Amino acid sequence: MLGKGLLKGLRETARNFVGSYSDPERLTTVQYPEERLALKENTRNFPFLVFDGNDSTKGLRCVACKICEKECPPQCIYIVLERDEKGKPQKHPRVFDIDISVCMSCQICVEVCPFDAIKMDQVYELSRSDRFDGLLMRKPDLAKSNDYYHTIHPTEASEVDGRLAAEKAKAEAAKAKLAPPAAAPAPKSPDPAATAAKAAAPNTPAPSTNAPPQPAPATATAVIPPPAANISPSPERKADL
Amino acid sequence: MTWNAETIFADLKREILALVSPDNQPVVSVLLSIAPLLAVFPTLFALTTILERKGLGRIQNRYGPNRVGPFGLLQPVADGLKTLFKETVQPRAADRVVFFLAPVFLVLPALLAFSVIPYGKYMVPLEMDAALLFFFAVGAGTELAVFMAGWASRNKYSLLGAMRAVAQMISYEIPLILCTVPVIMLSGTLSPVEIVENQNRYTAAIAHWNVFTPWGAAGFILFLIAAAAEANRSPFDLPEGESEIIAGYYIEYSGFKFALFFLGEYLGLFAMCGLGITLFLGGWTAPFDFLTFIPSYVWFFLKLLALISLFIWVRGTMPRVRMDQLMNFAWKFMLPMAVINIVAAAAWKFTPILGFKWAVSGVIILAGYISLAQGLTRKAHFSKRTYRFAT
Repeated sequence: MLGKGLLKGLRETARNFVGSYSDPERLTTVQYPEERLALKENTRNFPFLVFDGNDSTKGLRCVACKICEKECPPQCIYIVLERDEKGKPQKHPRVFDIDISVCMSCQICVEVCPFDAIKMDQVYELSRSDRFDGLLMRKPDLAKSNDYYHTIHPTEASEVDGRLAAEKAKAEAAKAKLAPPAAAPAPKSPDPAATAAKAAAPNTPAPSTNAPPQPAPATATAVIPPPAANISPSPERKADL
Repeated sequence: MTWNAETIFADLKREILALVSPDNQPVVSVLLSIAPLLAVFPTLFALTTILERKGLGRIQNRYGPNRVGPFGLLQPVADGLKTLFKETVQPRAADRVVFFLAPVFLVLPALLAFSVIPYGKYMVPLEMDAALLFFFAVGAGTELAVFMAGWASRNKYSLLGAMRAVAQMISYEIPLILCTVPVIMLSGTLSPVEIVENQNRYTAAIAHWNVFTPWGAAGFILFLIAAAAEANRSPFDLPEGESEIIAGYYIEYSGFKFALFFLGEYLGLFAMCGLGITLFLGGWTAPFDFLTFIPSYVWFFLKLLALISLFIWVRGTMPRVRMDQLMNFAWKFMLPMAVINIVAAAAWKFTPILGFKWAVSGVIILAGYISLAQGLTRKAHFSKRTYRFAT
């Protein structure tokens, strides 16, 4: 009969109308600024720099090797290596900028980083009133602690921590074995960071000759993993590259 | 003098008129009648937009607007300010004069139509003997405005929308007018005031509204459908189908002109609802005689709100009809049904006893409805196509 469908439809919408008042479960809207959905653990966007310990400048894992800067497809990373007053390169960046208006959250920087220094974040409220300087994230904005990394990506962070600890232990063992003969030539060796960067760029495992300088540098804090250990990537990371 | 809730507005007008010199009284009287119309109906439009957005939201299990003010009630203010401050863009190829006049011409007939509707016992802005004719004559001006807008914009979508709108409005104007004929026949007058007075009688506490008769009920439903089509309301919103021709005839309008189109459309709907109330729902009369202590204008606006809610409900329920369905429905169902309804009303008039009236009139309408519905819903039969020469 003509009009039966209309009545049926009207009944259905009336049920929705009344139901949405009596049963709040029906309302699917998440009222965003007040309510938020919990993010999935695998949510990833915009990179940040991981630092260990409490000091965001000293604890930075980044050694300014510039691999991510070179690999970044939209070229949104800008790194300047820190040098001391004599012009000697230090193993951390003086400038590390990411232009988040350009960054496309592709995660390539994370994949190429041999030092586990850059990781993907979970931030999404990045709107700014200034579209130039406001969207340029500088080193202090980018540096976030390892604890924060553990809160956003717990599984991944523990895996990274385990790997770093294992590599560090391996390097310690190597150091213990090589320490007595290597003590003398260490100061004369070329800058370890530069060597590391050079060695890492062609993505080959570091020759064993690089191992001796490791124990020497006094500037490198304990948390920075020895380059020799890092340059030889673990098997699964090699596959990624 | 004493203030009576029923006559308060009429008394107020008389009091104000007494303050003016007799020479100025006609002008002041006209202005005093116009001003409330211009204040009440745009306010009602603002109220309806928030009601509609809230209602549609709830129908779709959403909240609807709830950010501006308490419960989002100030949303119309925000919308109005937004449209006021927006730039009015005019296409370079547009016909400037017609482009400017179209929104004005859309709002004007709707406002004129308000002048003949009785809002309360003593509240008719303009008493006219042939007010119904005036209403329909003025209402036809909307089509002109819509076509002006579509033509002047120099846009294919605008023109398509205008063409659709004109085709639809002209098709539905015939059943719209024909379904008011039974009311005119049985009350013997074209004056809305007298039509309402005729319905202002009570038998066993129930009012003599036209909708409580078979021809009145059928006529009311036909009137609602035709009014929805006249006002371009869903499910007959083809002229402005957002998904097909973007917004139809008012694509090129922005800023305040767009708001005027919106306003004109809703004012047209209110006018149609007001007429429907006058003709079928007893105008300003109360449904039961023990409720007559509530002032008449309150009843009118309650009925108006109820009808608007009904239109919102239907909008939240029905998808848009197709062009062929629209035309089939107008010419194969609405028009014959309106004619059958006239016959049923005549049968009601000339049969003697009340039960007998109901039987004859009801049978005529039911028979017409069933046969027409069968004709409309009959499935087309397709046979396998055979070719004589091709294999």
